Amino acid sequence: MINARIRKRFPAGPDSAEFSLDVEFRAASGITVLFGPSGSGKTMTLEAIAGFVKPDEGRILLDDDILFDGASGVNLPPQVRRCGYVFQNYALFPHMTLRQNLEFAAVCASKQRRPRLERHRKVNEMLEQFHLAEVAGRRPHEVSGGQKQRCSIARAMIGAPKALLLDEPARGLDAPLRTELYDVLRQLRSEFRSPILLVTHDLEECFALGDEMLVLHEGRMVQRGAPRAVFDRPANVEVARLLGTFNLLPVEVLALDPVQRTSRLRFQDRDLTGPYFPGRLKGDRVILCVRPEELAATPWDGKPGPNQVPTELVRYTERPHAVRLEFTGEIFAEVTRAEFDKHKHNREWVIEFPAQHLRIL
Amino acid sequence: MEIDWFPLWLSLRVAVLATLVALVIGLWLAYMLANREFRGKELLDAAVTLPLVLPPTVLGYYLLVLLGRASPFGKFYEWLFGAPLVFTWQAAVVAALIHATPLLVKSARAALESVDKSYERAARTLGASEWRVFFQVTLPLANRSILAAAVLAFARSLGDFGITIMIAGNIPGRTQTMSVAIYDAVEAGNGAMARVLVLIVSAAAMFILFLANRLSPKQAA
Repeated sequence: MINARIRKRFPAGPDSAEFSLDVEFRAASGITVLFGPSGSGKTMTLEAIAGFVKPDEGRILLDDDILFDGASGVNLPPQVRRCGYVFQNYALFPHMTLRQNLEFAAVCASKQRRPRLERHRKVNEMLEQFHLAEVAGRRPHEVSGGQKQRCSIARAMIGAPKALLLDEPARGLDAPLRTELYDVLRQLRSEFRSPILLVTHDLEECFALGDEMLVLHEGRMVQRGAPRAVFDRPANVEVARLLGTFNLLPVEVLALDPVQRTSRLRFQDRDLTGPYFPGRLKGDRVILCVRPEELAATPWDGKPGPNQVPTELVRYTERPHAVRLEFTGEIFAEVTRAEFDKHKHNREWVIEFPAQHLRIL
Repeated sequence: MEIDWFPLWLSLRVAVLATLVALVIGLWLAYMLANREFRGKELLDAAVTLPLVLPPTVLGYYLLVLLGRASPFGKFYEWLFGAPLVFTWQAAVVAALIHATPLLVKSARAALESVDKSYERAARTLGASEWRVFFQVTLPLANRSILAAAVLAFARSLGDFGITIMIAGNIPGRTQTMSVAIYDAVEAGNGAMARVLVLIVSAAAMFILFLANRLSPKQAA
């Protein structure tokens, strides 16, 4: 269990704006994803836990050990924190073979001078487990990206750390290697009873691996929860924007009916029926938040039905499994390939906003 | 023409010793300046650079005062070894050391700082002591640049004149190094002798520069 409260301020420099990191979270066993755009402070959070940067104030606990405590001045060096760290560039020692990299870690980890033979056995075991036995005698620059990646994870794990920290481990890997890495990490999650913290800005990675997701923005934690829950119910416009897949449209609340559990919203010059929004007032100007695939787009047939908004197609983008359409007013919708091919010459379309999918922020 | 080879051998001996000692001191200072935050760091940095800009005679004068027979250090040295330090070939080593160390510290610091921090960080998270991080990670990754710096330091030690003549003097057969011997030969009107020595030194310097360039890490490595 990691229990962290980290505050650190950086004054504005000649080529950087002022930045302050202020996060507080717990991470239990399983994979906790730190999600956010670059510059949101996720890597710095990891570095503070590993002991590379010293927070100004706060407290970092790993199980029962105090790694850092601003009030009492405790700041353990990285050597004794027992955090395995997987670097963005792998940081395998280039002057050592993969085996020597693991041996280095094994020697450092053995406090009471574990016998040579046992260390050797452990190194071999890790080489086997991470499918590196064949390339153990090679230097890092002579092996593939995936092998480097696995070796850096094996090296971090050999000393039985109490937490594993991964900084954008999939960066620079192509799709097949990514899948392979996800398998390695899922395997690790099932065997390793300690927290795994993973930094990424890739939403798919969150879903593939995350048991829990912390959304960071400009040094603050803006939402936390299971990836599915965060994705379905972004806490505010900021999070919805970071997740990057929502239509965010300004609307006005016209009416709220707690008995019928419905509401009426004004969007552009049309009325939409939505679910009841507790805690809102008539006249509130809010942001309607709806995903492109939740909207139904059909060619304009002259008479809009309820919850339908006529609009014009601006452009479309091919995606692997669908076609994304952009309409005037920055409304995005998704239709299947086959559906789009039938109507691709239509300029005028009508978009239906299904009441059950409407959320407001 | 009879050529006295003693100055050449003395210079080589002095330069080798000075380079070895400068490596130890230089690496330690470079490590401190590159990795540690301490009070007076700026001051130490300036003090290390000072010999690069001060006139050699000024340095020689300081050393004479610091190491002379009347100084506390001079007395201690004489008590320890039974003979004074100044005007011996060992003093020439000190002179070469003062000449070579600043250069070595500068280059070694740059070399150590150029090593990607993530390697050292990785070693630390694995539990490696600072000692192990330095000797098994940082140093091997910087060794070519440091070797190149050591070669240049060697060349510099070979060529010191001002400080050597102030504290080691010009005693033929005892403290007369190459540079001093060349000066001596020119003063004595022995042009042939001076020419031979100058050519030897120039050839040695060329070779050393060639070696240093070969050792410097390639851009595209």
